[in-house]
Amino acid sequence: MNFQGYPRQNGTIGIRNHVLIFPTVICSSEVARMISQAVPGTVHVTHPHGCGHLGVEKEHIIRTMVGFCSNPNVAAVLLVGNGCELISTEVLAGELKKNRKRFEIVNVQDEGGTTAAVEKGKRLAEMLKQEAQKAKRVSCSISDLIVGVKCGGSDTLSGLTANPAVGYAADLVVSSGGTVLMSEVPEMLGAEHVLARRARNRETAERILQMTSAMEKKILEMGVDIRGTEPSPGNIEGGLSTLEEKSLGAVLKGGSTAVQQVVQYAERPSEKGLVIMDGPALDAVVNTGMVAAGVQIIVFTTGRGTPLGSPVAPVIKVSSSTQLYQKMKDNIDVNAGGIADGSENLISIGEKIFHEILEVASGKLTRSEILGHSEFAIHNIGPAV
Amino acid sequence: MSAAILIDTRDNVATAIMRLKKDDAVSLKAENREISVRILQEIPAGHKFAIRNIRKEEPVIKYGEIIGLATCEIHQGEHVHVHNIEGLRGRGDKK
Repeated sequence: MNFQGYPRQNGTIGIRNHVLIFPTVICSSEVARMISQAVPGTVHVTHPHGCGHLGVEKEHIIRTMVGFCSNPNVAAVLLVGNGCELISTEVLAGELKKNRKRFEIVNVQDEGGTTAAVEKGKRLAEMLKQEAQKAKRVSCSISDLIVGVKCGGSDTLSGLTANPAVGYAADLVVSSGGTVLMSEVPEMLGAEHVLARRARNRETAERILQMTSAMEKKILEMGVDIRGTEPSPGNIEGGLSTLEEKSLGAVLKGGSTAVQQVVQYAERPSEKGLVIMDGPALDAVVNTGMVAAGVQIIVFTTGRGTPLGSPVAPVIKVSSSTQLYQKMKDNIDVNAGGIADGSENLISIGEKIFHEILEVASGKLTRSEILGHSEFAIHNIGPAV
Repeated sequence: MSAAILIDTRDNVATAIMRLKKDDAVSLKAENREISVRILQEIPAGHKFAIRNIRKEEPVIKYGEIIGLATCEIHQGEHVHVHNIEGLRGRGDKK
């Protein structure tokens, strides 16, 4: 099974050809937005990070930013700094050089203010765009794909229709030699034994259990009842009663193959097959971490309806019910609701999702791309100073 | 088309895929097993009901796995949700 992708000089394969305008710090976020809006065809993010991070959090934010900018869907990056921040353009440039990613730099303080920085940024972004346009799609193997699987705004049908159908597609990706990345550790509590049983060796099984117990310990240390947050109010309205129920339905989206590896948030898998990424469950944070881990495409199931996308990775939305599909057609790419009413089954929808992955990888736009959804969020893991 | 889905033969709850009314008779299939349940109260689409009587503190089973414990006696055909079952994980309030 093949798709049409963009080979990058570092050996990875992009399925999009974005020029990303990336601020290294909140202070230059608006300048990055102004540059991107002045150069149509570029994408950008804004974020509140880049200064005030200590120790492991500093490493976590840098790893995420570097991973995000290094995503294969990004042809080139314009790093936009202010000049006095902790995570400077110099810090990120050093890492992007190691990843052989094409980049240019503009700093607001060096240019003498916003207007001059935007002017220089526009020139550099235009140049990067012209270079990127030379890239051509060629036939690539699924073994070069990392597909992220995610659920958000779940209802009880998510675990009966959309998640198992995505799981079927995930198994097809893995059997074709590709990689599937699943995260959302809070939503593994109550289902971790199912994943640990499927670990490829004892070490991986232990890492799964360590990761879930560390997450539960953090929750317990807060001395609060997780119910009301997990499951969320919308989940409960949709019929999910407990975190365990939500988790058992959520992990179905990873399919049924062996868990090959556990990676940390925003860490690129070194193994093929099903890989689990450590981290929280908040949708935009998971999407950002998966893109930073090298995921080129995300398959996202929803029962309540979630519009989220990503600035650089197409997100395929799968609805759990026909009712949701009809209500939010604008946001949904594939409807798995037919599984509940018997007009379809897990295999027919699973195959449809698999073909959609290949078509989107070859250039077909998803609803989130057409609508311009480009949410970006990194979670803070330490105190900001 | 069935009005509800039973996922695993070990389960003691099923999921309504359409709104169910009091006194509806729902037939369920899982592998070779077929049972009929009379619904005791309105069940919203996507919500669960007991397919047999569940004792207080008995595990509630879905996907063949424990999703929580019953906080009171639950009768066959009764709505099963946050009012009569509770999860056991991430409960910092119980320390």
